[in-house]
Amino acid sequence: MKLGIVVNEGPYQHQASDSAYLFAKAAIEAGHEVWRVFFYHDGVNNASKLTEPPQDDRNIVNRWSKLAEEHKVDLVVCVAAALRRGIREENLATGFRISGLGQLVEAGTKSDRLVTFGD
Amino acid sequence: MSDVKKFMFVNRKAPYGTIYALESLEVVLITAAFDQDVSLMFTDDGVYQLKKGQQTKGIETKNFSPTYRALEGYDVEKLYVDQESLQERGLTEDDLLVDVTVLSRAEVGALMDEQDVILSF
Amino acid sequence: MLHIINRSPLSDRALENCLNTASGGDILLIEDAVYAATAGNAFEAKLRAAMGKFKINVLRPDLEARGLADRLVEGAAFVDYAGFVELVVANKTCQSWL
Repeated sequence: MKLGIVVNEGPYQHQASDSAYLFAKAAIEAGHEVWRVFFYHDGVNNASKLTEPPQDDRNIVNRWSKLAEEHKVDLVVCVAAALRRGIREENLATGFRISGLGQLVEAGTKSDRLVTFGD
Repeated sequence: MSDVKKFMFVNRKAPYGTIYALESLEVVLITAAFDQDVSLMFTDDGVYQLKKGQQTKGIETKNFSPTYRALEGYDVEKLYVDQESLQERGLTEDDLLVDVTVLSRAEVGALMDEQDVILSF
Repeated sequence: MLHIINRSPLSDRALENCLNTASGGDILLIEDAVYAATAGNAFEAKLRAAMGKFKINVLRPDLEARGLADRLVEGAAFVDYAGFVELVVANKTCQSWL
C-alpha cells in the first residue's frame, strides 16, 4: 500500500516526529511504500542539518535522512512554513527538499492512506 | 491533477494562541486551487476562528479572519460548525463572520465518514 | 475509519469529542492519549462506555514509556507499531484528532 505521512511538529520538542518515524519504519518493514513525508508548521525544523543533539540521544534529523536514502522516501518541507522559521536550502539536511503546499495536496490525492502526526 | 478526492479540514484550535489555524487556512486555499472537493469542519475551540469582530492590532499580528469570508471566491462553500462546541462557548450562529451549516455531533460524524482525506493541524 | 488520538483526555477534549462525534470504528490512542486507557483515571468510565461502539487500541510502547503498561483498562487492546500500520491499512481513512 502507498502511504503518505504529515509531520506538524519539530524534533525534540514534541513526540510527533518520533511517532511518525517509528510508524514509517514499521510500514516499510511490513512491505508498504512510504512515498512521501510532508513537513509542515514547526515540522519543518526536522530538516535542519544544523541540529546537534547530545551524543547519547537519538539523531532525529539523520534518522529521516537515512530513511530517505535507504527507502527512497520523498521528504518534502513546506516552503512558506520553512521560510517563516529560517529553514532554507543552505541548512537543509540530506534527503529533504523544499517545495510548495501542492505537494501536501498530492500526498492526499495519490496516497492510499495519509497519516498525520502533530500536536 | 485528475483525481478529485473529498478533503475535510477539521479545525479544533483557536486562532492567535498558536499558528495552526492560519497555516491550516493556507492548505485549504491550495487544496481548493488544485480543484479538490473541500470542506471545513469547526469543532471544539476551532469555532473561535470564526468569531466576528477580531481586532488584532494590539497583538501586532495579522488578522486573518477575513480570509474565511473570501473562501467562497475559491469555491470553498462547505463550512460546517459543531453545534455543541458553539453552545459550550456561549456562542450562536449570529456570532460567526461567515455563513455556515450548523450540525449535531451525529451529523458531523456521518459527514466525516464520507471523506477520502481528513486533515487536522 | 481509524481515529488517532494523541492527547490526554484530562487536558484536551479530543478523545471526548471523538467518542461523541464519530459513528464508530477503530480508535488508536498514542502518545499522551494512552493515559485514557489506564485503570482508575477519571476518564475511564467514559472510555468503557464507548467500547460497544468503538474498538479501543493502545500503542503499547507509549504506555510502557509512561510506566503504566500494567494498568491497561479491561477491554482495550495493545498494539505495537506494526499493529498501528495494520490499523491504518485496514481502515479506508484515518483521522488524527489534533
